[in-house]
Amino acid sequence: MKLVLRNITKRFGSLVANDRISLEVAPGEVHCLLGENGAGKSTLMNVLYGLYKADEGEIELDGKVQHFTGPGDAMAAGIGMVHQHFMLIPVFTVAENVMLGNESTGFAGTLDIDAARERVREISERFGFHVDPDALVEELPVGVQQRVEIIKALSRDAEVLVFDEPTAVLTPQETDELMEIMRQLKEAGKAIVFITHKLREVREVADRITVIRLGKVVGEADPKASNAELASMMVGRPVELVVHKDAPQLGEDAFVVKDLRVRDALGHVHLDGISFTIKAGEVLCVAGVQGNGQTELTEAILGLQEHVEGSVTLDGKELVGRSVRQVLDAGVGFIPEDRQADGLVGGFTIAENLMLNRSFRSPFARRGSLRIAELDEFAKTKLEEYDVRAPDIYTHAGKLSGGNQQKVVVARELSRDLRLLVAAQPTRGVDVGSIEFIHKQVIATRDSGVPVLVVSTELDEVVALADRIMVLYRGQVVGIVPGDTPRETLGLMMTGERPKDVVA
Amino acid sequence: MSGTDKTPPTETEDKATEDRAPEAPEAPSRSHSLLREIASGNALAGVLAVVLAVAVGSLMIALTDEEVRETASYVFARPADFFNALWDAIWGAYTALFRGAVYNDRVDDFATQIRPLTETLKFAAPLIAAGLGVGLAFRAGMFNIGGRGQMLLAGAAAGWVAANVDLPTVVHLPLAIIAGMVAGALWAGIAGVLKARTGAHEVIVTIMLNYVGFYLVFFALSRQSLLQAPGSGNPKSAPAAETAVMPKILGDRFNLHLGFLLALVAVAIVWWLLNRATLGYRIRAVGENPHAARAAGIDVGRTYVVVMLIAGALVGLAGTNQVLGTVTSGVTVDLDAGIGFDAITVALLGRSRPLGILLAGLLFGAFKAGGFAMQASEGIPVDIVLVVQSLIVLFIAAPPLVRAIFRLPAKEAK
Repeated sequence: MKLVLRNITKRFGSLVANDRISLEVAPGEVHCLLGENGAGKSTLMNVLYGLYKADEGEIELDGKVQHFTGPGDAMAAGIGMVHQHFMLIPVFTVAENVMLGNESTGFAGTLDIDAARERVREISERFGFHVDPDALVEELPVGVQQRVEIIKALSRDAEVLVFDEPTAVLTPQETDELMEIMRQLKEAGKAIVFITHKLREVREVADRITVIRLGKVVGEADPKASNAELASMMVGRPVELVVHKDAPQLGEDAFVVKDLRVRDALGHVHLDGISFTIKAGEVLCVAGVQGNGQTELTEAILGLQEHVEGSVTLDGKELVGRSVRQVLDAGVGFIPEDRQADGLVGGFTIAENLMLNRSFRSPFARRGSLRIAELDEFAKTKLEEYDVRAPDIYTHAGKLSGGNQQKVVVARELSRDLRLLVAAQPTRGVDVGSIEFIHKQVIATRDSGVPVLVVSTELDEVVALADRIMVLYRGQVVGIVPGDTPRETLGLMMTGERPKDVVA
Repeated sequence: MSGTDKTPPTETEDKATEDRAPEAPEAPSRSHSLLREIASGNALAGVLAVVLAVAVGSLMIALTDEEVRETASYVFARPADFFNALWDAIWGAYTALFRGAVYNDRVDDFATQIRPLTETLKFAAPLIAAGLGVGLAFRAGMFNIGGRGQMLLAGAAAGWVAANVDLPTVVHLPLAIIAGMVAGALWAGIAGVLKARTGAHEVIVTIMLNYVGFYLVFFALSRQSLLQAPGSGNPKSAPAAETAVMPKILGDRFNLHLGFLLALVAVAIVWWLLNRATLGYRIRAVGENPHAARAAGIDVGRTYVVVMLIAGALVGLAGTNQVLGTVTSGVTVDLDAGIGFDAITVALLGRSRPLGILLAGLLFGAFKAGGFAMQASEGIPVDIVLVVQSLIVLFIAAPPLVRAIFRLPAKEAK
């Protein structure tokens, strides 16, 4: 089935989210839609899926103009969508999820679960998905859940499949598997729209690439184009993908962690006696697959974990056993891994968020009163300095794009007098332009003589920032290696193996 | 700013993704976000809820009116009769309400004409104070359903000081008021401490404390050695001493007393607290996102306790208002007169904003004052007013319903 979008325009009030966007996807083709967060990709796909009504323009399937009033129409016409955040019911089985909304019923409305099960099995076998129809969705790994979404679309005979940022939640290995699945679907003659802002993936599977910026089509790119070329099309200016940094000016052992053990309320051990040191002016990156104790490490340093043993010292002062406020006051800057949950108050303005961890004393508080004029002044300066794209400082943080939200968090943390910076996943879900900016800030912090701890599951980021790399596996340190260690070695270490030439 | 032209698409798309992807923190988020939705709905929604409730109330007035029903039986023969009766019933009811609540044009001297307005203010005072107590707790993400218990304890404490201590007015009255507020604060504080220490849900705890408080005060009122008036057999305390009674602020012709001014002061203080004080900033942060507040070094548990203490003191002010101002003949277990629960409605309608609560409290005070007049002059049961109040809550709690009825655009990007 051939999909044609012609001059789609979608406005929200005075904002033009999509400005005459045209797109063509042929069967057996992967068409990448590349653009930064907020470029208008998702809006376009929501128009295609019938969630929004386009103000202008047409959707055509095999030459016939379509008028969708809701996702139901789009599905019936053969469009399947795999959302970034899965639309699955966790306590249902795979088969139940697949039949949901499209239930085949038998006598007196009884559900024909067997038919659904059979359908899942058939699709699963045809594409080699290895999905058990009777497994509970909540018990499946994220990558498999995504396949359930794909099966759901295929079970409704979708000919056009839209993948909306599908790799954001996947591990590197799951991403590779997904790429393979997309190739198979392509060979089976499906038309695929692949929305992403990750350049590597685009180059791997795309047959055609359309780049969108600020709601407009910037142009088509050659799949063989270099990362730098794609990035600059996306951002609209040349982007440095490599972080330029000088050799670190190492100081003393400023931050020392010794035999740190962290248990949860149930007694499970998440960190099992880890020790490391960061010198002033050094970036130590913690690498590892998600869930190997990284979260617990950063939270233990901050005082957010309850059952912590061992010692964490900053400039000789013990941090274990102190309250979060005391740790922050000791000069620890913290960029949490989940900014929406832990980093920002969505219903607060940008200005209010900028004083979140400084509400007790000057400069923004005096004798129990807020100093609003000072705060506003500060916020205006930071908005400019950190290039936060927002109408004004009174915009609610929850309304900003991911990259801009993160810039607010970074601005807040870096504008204090820091003795240590702890950055967990500092660029997760952040667009290319902002990644570049945030990385520069991290290095600048290092160069001002502050020890920096970066936790990242993205090897690219680890390699870009690290002076040394510590690999965690199941709560233990596999090894601490120099920043220029080859990726293959790191990948191996992330599975828990210690190469011979590496010392722990 | 250089980025302004680039902002629009950013914002819209993010709204879209946001709606599909509520990346809220785990378990408590559902009731929490509901609470936030209710507590922060826009002003228009509140006004429309009132309009709708009044409309439905009209329907009920019409349905219960004798003449309307009579004329309805021959509506096709003489429709004019029916519509006249309908109009008379509804117009009559609401004008009676207005006469009872704001301005009575049927009497001659000015003082009697505006007497209803002062009655409204008198009824509004405890509603505003207690509404502030509930609303403040809302802002910290907590449901304070314990208004009744807090008012009872406050009333009992204030009543005891008023009846059993002998002091000059300048000391006695403030002392009695403070005693009441402290009692209310401590009673609410129990729920705060339990939530902070053990995670016990404040809704359950405050509801249960209502019963505990009720029977505790009832017990005290039935014991000579505690609160019962000397020589009396009824569960009632001795009347407040003259020195502890709130003075009438417009002279003896009106019932309006100091309590209303105290409520206004409370509005101002809570406004300052929420909008200008660092404590209020932290309260709001905890209410909006306790996870982020905790990661920013704010002691969430401590904030819960502090909020409940302040909330209890505000509800306690409503209790003292009753005992020292409105009914000074002695404390009974009926002293809360439903205010503890009406305060929840007031806080909801006022969107937990101090000024909103002030307006909502005035409206409900008017309902109270006018309800009686409506019953007296038109024979319409006062319960209609209660139904209207309840409908307001119902409509506030169902924003999509209100939007559908008034054909307002749905929230963008849904």
